Amino acid sequence: MAVIETRGLSLTYGKGSPMEIHALKNCNITVEAGELLCVIGHTGSGKSTLAQLLNGLIKPTEGTVLLDGEDIFANKKRLREVRFAVGLVFQYPEHQLFEETVYKDIAFGAKNKGLQGDELDSAVRRAAEFAGLRQELLDKSPFELSGGEKRRAAIAGVMAMEPRVLILDEPTAGLDPRGREQMIDRIMHYRDKTGCSVVLVSHTMEDVARCADRVLVLEKGEVARLAPTQAVFADAEALERMGLRVPQITSVFLELKRLGYDVSTAVHTPQQGYNEIMRILGKGGGM
Amino acid sequence: MLGDITIGQYYPAKSVVHRIDPRVKILLMLALIVIAFVAQSVPAALLVTVATFVSIIMTRVPLRMYFKNLKAIWFLVLLTSVLNMFYFKGQVLWQWGPLSVTYEGIRQSCFVAQRLVCLILLSSALTFTATPTELTGAIESLLSPLKIFGVKVHELAMLMTIALRFVPTLLEESEKIMSAQKARGADLESGGLLARVKALIPILVPLIVSAFRRAYDLALAMECRCYTDGKGRTRLNEMKLRFRDFAALLVVAAVCVGVVMLNRTAWQDVLADIMAFDYLSLVPEALIPKA
Repeated sequence: MAVIETRGLSLTYGKGSPMEIHALKNCNITVEAGELLCVIGHTGSGKSTLAQLLNGLIKPTEGTVLLDGEDIFANKKRLREVRFAVGLVFQYPEHQLFEETVYKDIAFGAKNKGLQGDELDSAVRRAAEFAGLRQELLDKSPFELSGGEKRRAAIAGVMAMEPRVLILDEPTAGLDPRGREQMIDRIMHYRDKTGCSVVLVSHTMEDVARCADRVLVLEKGEVARLAPTQAVFADAEALERMGLRVPQITSVFLELKRLGYDVSTAVHTPQQGYNEIMRILGKGGGM
Repeated sequence: MLGDITIGQYYPAKSVVHRIDPRVKILLMLALIVIAFVAQSVPAALLVTVATFVSIIMTRVPLRMYFKNLKAIWFLVLLTSVLNMFYFKGQVLWQWGPLSVTYEGIRQSCFVAQRLVCLILLSSALTFTATPTELTGAIESLLSPLKIFGVKVHELAMLMTIALRFVPTLLEESEKIMSAQKARGADLESGGLLARVKALIPILVPLIVSAFRRAYDLALAMECRCYTDGKGRTRLNEMKLRFRDFAALLVVAAVCVGVVMLNRTAWQDVLADIMAFDYLSLVPEALIPKA
């Protein structure tokens, strides 16, 4: 069942002027309940614009967004409720921290939603746990935290609103490989535990291959592909035409295939790669 | 919303005005503004207005860009000219209690409106046709005589360049932060005055933090490039006066002379006032030797 559905969603900046830019053109997508959808695309393909349209922060020039079958732009007063239902974590969210303590900052959104007392407290602590923040950090000032901790605190601030759909715009940008891996692990854990839908905008194909159920490929503001992860990465050429690439491990297997080895190219994570090589070597898959 | 502010916005176009040396351009703009305020007679004011419009048309910047800037201050123009209407004594046209509108008042309010409009149009023309870098370079060059008095002209110019450079950056940043806080349910639009001021805290704190972060980053980047101060620095584009600069100077000088000529009666009044003033009255009586 689709939680979010877009119909003919388009956004044009500077409409009617010579500098008209189509940020998004006739975009029809769905976000299914409980799925982890990754959005990939070249810089300027409309990923961030789409993220902000889905929770009503910007208004489309044409088309609309349906949340549970209801047009979110129909009633202006309901837009604020939509933002609690569809939580959006911006790029570099650590730049939005402002409260005296990490705890208060995480509670900001949940408080705005109307949570109080024990309910608020448990929402904040749960969110901090999902984001991987240690309890003792909660009483510190957010400005005393390290870069990675700040980002986790900011993400916790959106998780604490207990949204039904969580959208994250490049949550791994600027993190080292280990930080990136942990971040993706936490997001997957959050989805598994809460059963919420997660939309993840990403640049890193390895991350996408590891966590996505489905992948949405945007090209110049248009939907180029919306399909299960395996199917999207199976067409390496199409991705490269759009200035994207397949995960590194997939490139390795494509090259092996070209060199004449009888390998499957449906390999998108190092684990799958390991299994495939073990199979070829005749020692059986699995670890 | 915040993006509508066009102060200091360069508008690329190919025009003579764009090519005029920025130092000359600043001087010409100042001269025209001063002359706009000097004009006291109707023909003089007309000449200034015509000169202003000719120069903004010569910039080849679309007129609607100018009107956008005018729109931002139309209320100020209206207010000052309406106030002026009541402040002049003379031939009464309309009276209501202590308020009276005089012929002189109306005349004066027209002048005030015309001057303010010229002021805005001319300063817009300057910022549309000169990049911030050109402007600060020109100001540095124009102020360089002050170095004799120990004024750190280069540092001042650098300060201005940096400030101008970061206006759009900070605007963009504040829009981003506003969106991020709105996504967390921040309510910026409703509530009383106190609630609204309080609602600004989640915007202002991150904005100030980021401004400091940017300042530190910039200072570090400048130090890494061994930036010291004005001594021994050269420019990529040396400013050089050309024929068109002298031609522009001449035209504006002609306009200034024209205004003064058309204004002559007014000037003569001022001169007469200066001549007729009893300067002795300024001298304390005790100092005057008794005859």
